[in-house]
Amino acid sequence: MTRRAWIRLVPNYILLTLFLLIILLPIIGLVFSAFKTDTEVIKGPLMPPAELRFDSFERAWTVGRFNLFFRNSVIVTISVVIASVFLSTLTGYAFGLLPVPGRKVLYPLMLLGYMVPFEAVVIPLYHFMNGMDLTDSYWALILPQIGLSVSFGTLWMTSFFRSAPRELVDAAAMDGCTRWQALWRILFPLARPAVLTLVVLVFMWTWNEFLLALVMVQDETMRTLPVGLAFFQGRYSANIPLMAAGALIVAGPILLVYILFQRYFIRGMLGGAVKG
Amino acid sequence: MNDPLRQPGESRFHGWLYLLPGMAIYLVFIFYPILETIRTSFYKWDGFSNNRTFIGLENYASLLVDGQFLKALLNNVTFIIFYSIIPILLGLVLASLLGRKPLPGLTFFRAGLFLPQILSMVVVGVTWRWVFNPTFGPLNMGLRAVGLDALAKSWLGDFTWALPAVGSVGTWVQYGFCMVLFLAGMQRIPNDYYEAAELDGASEFRQLLHITLPSLRPELGVALITTIITALRVFDLVYVTTRGGPGDSTLVTGFLVYRAAFQQNRIGYATAVATIMTLVIFIISLVVLRFQSTEEQT
Repeated sequence: MTRRAWIRLVPNYILLTLFLLIILLPIIGLVFSAFKTDTEVIKGPLMPPAELRFDSFERAWTVGRFNLFFRNSVIVTISVVIASVFLSTLTGYAFGLLPVPGRKVLYPLMLLGYMVPFEAVVIPLYHFMNGMDLTDSYWALILPQIGLSVSFGTLWMTSFFRSAPRELVDAAAMDGCTRWQALWRILFPLARPAVLTLVVLVFMWTWNEFLLALVMVQDETMRTLPVGLAFFQGRYSANIPLMAAGALIVAGPILLVYILFQRYFIRGMLGGAVKG
Repeated sequence: MNDPLRQPGESRFHGWLYLLPGMAIYLVFIFYPILETIRTSFYKWDGFSNNRTFIGLENYASLLVDGQFLKALLNNVTFIIFYSIIPILLGLVLASLLGRKPLPGLTFFRAGLFLPQILSMVVVGVTWRWVFNPTFGPLNMGLRAVGLDALAKSWLGDFTWALPAVGSVGTWVQYGFCMVLFLAGMQRIPNDYYEAAELDGASEFRQLLHITLPSLRPELGVALITTIITALRVFDLVYVTTRGGPGDSTLVTGFLVYRAAFQQNRIGYATAVATIMTLVIFIISLVVLRFQSTEEQT
């Protein structure tokens, strides 16, 4: 670009930077606070910490029991992501490419769950799980979350399979591939971008899920990170460095995934996935 | 779409095998509970005794007279202004100002603007509780630093200010999303449209009204659905920042459901609120989808 063209872009950059700063400043302040001492915090939110102290992280991790919450969140999230993506691939394949008697009823039935808030589900679900002695277990957190994710996953994967090249499917059939083989050997490798998007979305929703985990778990050691953080804040709300460290432990893994797979996050959420 | 030909020796119902596991989990853990929620809303039940009595529409009648539900619903509607209308307007302004020119480094800005979307709302709530903290929060510290001590207040504990304070957190979460969405949509609009308009002497504003807005219709639909649904579903943020207080000044329907069901054992009442909430979300989604598909045909 010429110099003049660059100069004409300056107002655009100023505008973008302004909007970006409004978003980033509270987050930067929070990150700084996590490394500060109690007395440093009140000097100024945007003053960088004098030194990198990890005391607050250590306290949150051990005294605040974030080590347990972290383990619970990892177990629940990984189980939900693997199961939901696998099951949605199957349902999406069926709705997209296989003869399914009753599709006109079954498909909308499945998509209904995508619009429904957890509030509409969680009360009977609690009594149902309680009756089976499953509250305070990973099952109570994993199974409903799979149900909800499969609903969106079906929509997502069906639209991928509908647009998949039909010649490939037909050629596979001619070569004597069974349906199952055609799915996993030919179509699934092609679906990589769609599957990765689904992976990051389900990861994010499950990692951040709050209401279900709040209701299903009474035992402190079974809490997930967001619920753990909410109770933690109730107890230590005056200790800013400790709160900030806790919040960063919750946000850390999702930030890491976001940095690595930013493109897939944005594509998925621009496609109409609602923030949970 | 035509059904593909059946393979030799294959049952008509072969596709069902693929549906079975995913659909079973969905039906048991999501769909059946929805039906139960609706059914329970016609009963009076405390949640643990066997004493469940059918009372018809009484729960719904008490919703309409007790004030709490209407207050919560009104707050949700107010949140639509903060979660949906302001972010969409900001997004449109930004997109129309810089949409068509190529902008090196836009990916970086896009990633940053999108950031609040991926964070847990509990983390967002913790962050903003700190910002709004009356004694050592950055907002009040900043106001005092520039001599505006009179404006410093206990934002989340104030009957007048708590709702706009929590609402503006929603604006903070959503506006970057709307900007990214509309900027992506602008890439699709052919430059010729604007060149032709400029030749005809159409002002920037007329170009926005007659070219940009109609072309962004699909993006507007997505933005409306997602932000309105988010505004109607608000729970985590209110739980973490205000618990619906002070008084009921930031009470929302999602929190009312939680409070009635799990703190007050009024299961019938809670399920009635949840049923209405679901119905409203449902109708709004269908209306926006409908609006979009009819617009696309014209």
